[in-house]
Amino acid sequence: MAQTHKQKRLSAWSTPILLIAILVVFTVLVTIFGDKSLARMAAQTLIRVTFVVGLWIFVGNSGVVSFGHAGYMAIGAYCSAWLTLDPMKKGLFLPDLWPFLANAEWHVLPAAVASGLLAALVALLSGAAILRLSGIAASIATFAFLAIIYTVYSSWEGVTGATSSVVGLTRYADQWATLGWASVTVLAAAWYANSSSGLALRASREDEVAADASGINMYRHRLISLVVSAFFAGVAGALFGHSLGVLNPNSFYLGVTFITLAMLVVGGIGSLTGAVTGVLVLSIIIEALVRMERGIAVGETTLALPTGAQEIIIGIIMILVLILRPAGLTGGRELRLRIGGR
Amino acid sequence: MNAIPQLFFDAMSLGGIYAMAALGIALIFGVMKLVNFAHGEYIAFCVFALIVPSTDAVAVMFIGKAPAIVLIPILLLVGAAVAVASEFFVFRHMRRATPVAMMISSFALGFVIQNTLLLVYGSRPKAISLWPELNKPVSIIGASIPLLQIIVILTTLIVVVALALLLKKTRIGLEMRAAAENFTMARLLGVRANVVITGAFALSGALAAAVALIMVTQTGVADVRMGGQIMLVAFIATVIGGLGSLPGAVAAGFLIGAASVILQGFLPLEARPFRDAFLYTLVIVVLLLRPDGLFTSNSTKPRV
Repeated sequence: MAQTHKQKRLSAWSTPILLIAILVVFTVLVTIFGDKSLARMAAQTLIRVTFVVGLWIFVGNSGVVSFGHAGYMAIGAYCSAWLTLDPMKKGLFLPDLWPFLANAEWHVLPAAVASGLLAALVALLSGAAILRLSGIAASIATFAFLAIIYTVYSSWEGVTGATSSVVGLTRYADQWATLGWASVTVLAAAWYANSSSGLALRASREDEVAADASGINMYRHRLISLVVSAFFAGVAGALFGHSLGVLNPNSFYLGVTFITLAMLVVGGIGSLTGAVTGVLVLSIIIEALVRMERGIAVGETTLALPTGAQEIIIGIIMILVLILRPAGLTGGRELRLRIGGR
Repeated sequence: MNAIPQLFFDAMSLGGIYAMAALGIALIFGVMKLVNFAHGEYIAFCVFALIVPSTDAVAVMFIGKAPAIVLIPILLLVGAAVAVASEFFVFRHMRRATPVAMMISSFALGFVIQNTLLLVYGSRPKAISLWPELNKPVSIIGASIPLLQIIVILTTLIVVVALALLLKKTRIGLEMRAAAENFTMARLLGVRANVVITGAFALSGALAAAVALIMVTQTGVADVRMGGQIMLVAFIATVIGGLGSLPGAVAAGFLIGAASVILQGFLPLEARPFRDAFLYTLVIVVLLLRPDGLFTSNSTKPRV
């Protein structure tokens, strides 16, 4: 009995290792065979892995859909910009920053960690309020949270540059740096899902009443998972800023919320494998559609999809997956090795 | 010029729009526990149905050319048709799905409708002039207010009363209320599920069309993104009103309209761009004090 328990624990740990291996293979293949634009696409994909796996830590384990994570991403992205931008530029574009931030010239790694921590702190405060609500009401309250963050960041002229973009961020987030963070996120997600808090939270997802009767404090575990999840959403935001070099509040609103939720749903909300699969599958489809929008030469003529068809097709794929395979492509199962026979 | 009646009419007319949008969402939630994120896009769709499809900056009227007596019923039918079609193609296949899965698919559907509109009409907002004479001010008890505001307030009252009569006095209304109370039980007792659900979607779509008409007349702009903001407010109204409670949705719609007008009127000038942030914070505070909403219906609570 003790033996099988140990084997199960070990085999649960094979999931993140296998997933990271897939990500490494993906990155190496793209770097060897792809051109520069494909390498950039790989970096974007790995940032999305970081974000979606972060999102999964909360949504997958608690069963509460969050529309607010793009807000945590925005908080992280701007925090990293405040900490790393050249003080001269900050004086010019963001004149109202507090002196401590205005003079900060941090290294990018501690800045990314600090961005995650700020997002986690905001998650602690906002979650303490929002998570008191029941499932669907909480989802809509996270939407209100997203709207608050968007309104603040797109109107606070002297601190966020409002709707004019913040430019000149160091573009260090290539495919290798993002691969590192994506792997850390996958490990952390597996660790949280197998921790006592993660197990308790999943019990409450399956049956709220039974979990409550077993002495599980659902509110507390939802809050813990939201804080962990927002940390990685914040880090993903920081990486996003440092891969494009430009920040605009519109990058962190409904568009990214939709695409990342689509990835999570298509892959399967129920499992970590689903989150990673969804990002990889949809990113590859999106890349293919973008190339088709640019046009493919067939003999003399160029066939091209109209601009904007990409979003429509992704939306239809998402609806079809929800109708035909409601649990997503992976059906809530994890990719894992069987350790110890049988 | 009298400030208090002015504020009152502003609040009532804005609240009326929110209340009608919230009713459209609450109706469907009551019948099938679907949080319909596509509702805002129904509104945008109805707005764009008024004009000829093209990506030009200048809008050419299409249905919008017809006289009001023809235009209004046609647009209500268009709204109802979009909503019924979305039920037929998407939500009918998800009857057994969880509320979360339905919510996400409606989000996806809204995204598809919005991007289709973008593809057909282009992303630039277009100027539309529909019934411009309604924006002329008339003076009532010392306040000069556009005629449209009075029409909006009256329309909201008529819609709410008509809906209440429909739900209380007709057979389909009785079936809808029964379905909202306990769907499985209602079906066992002979309520025709498809008729009820199609009926709810048709009503909801017609409400979206009414909101679309009012918004176009008021703002004179057709913008692909115009559905998003009002949908968010309408959702919040349904949650504050108590999910599934129709009177609650109406009351909360008016409440949010009033709060928004009051914030706009009394916030210091430099804080005004942040008005929506204050509004949503207020919403979260209200939810903290009354997590089940201000008017809770018993059927939404899980039975143990």
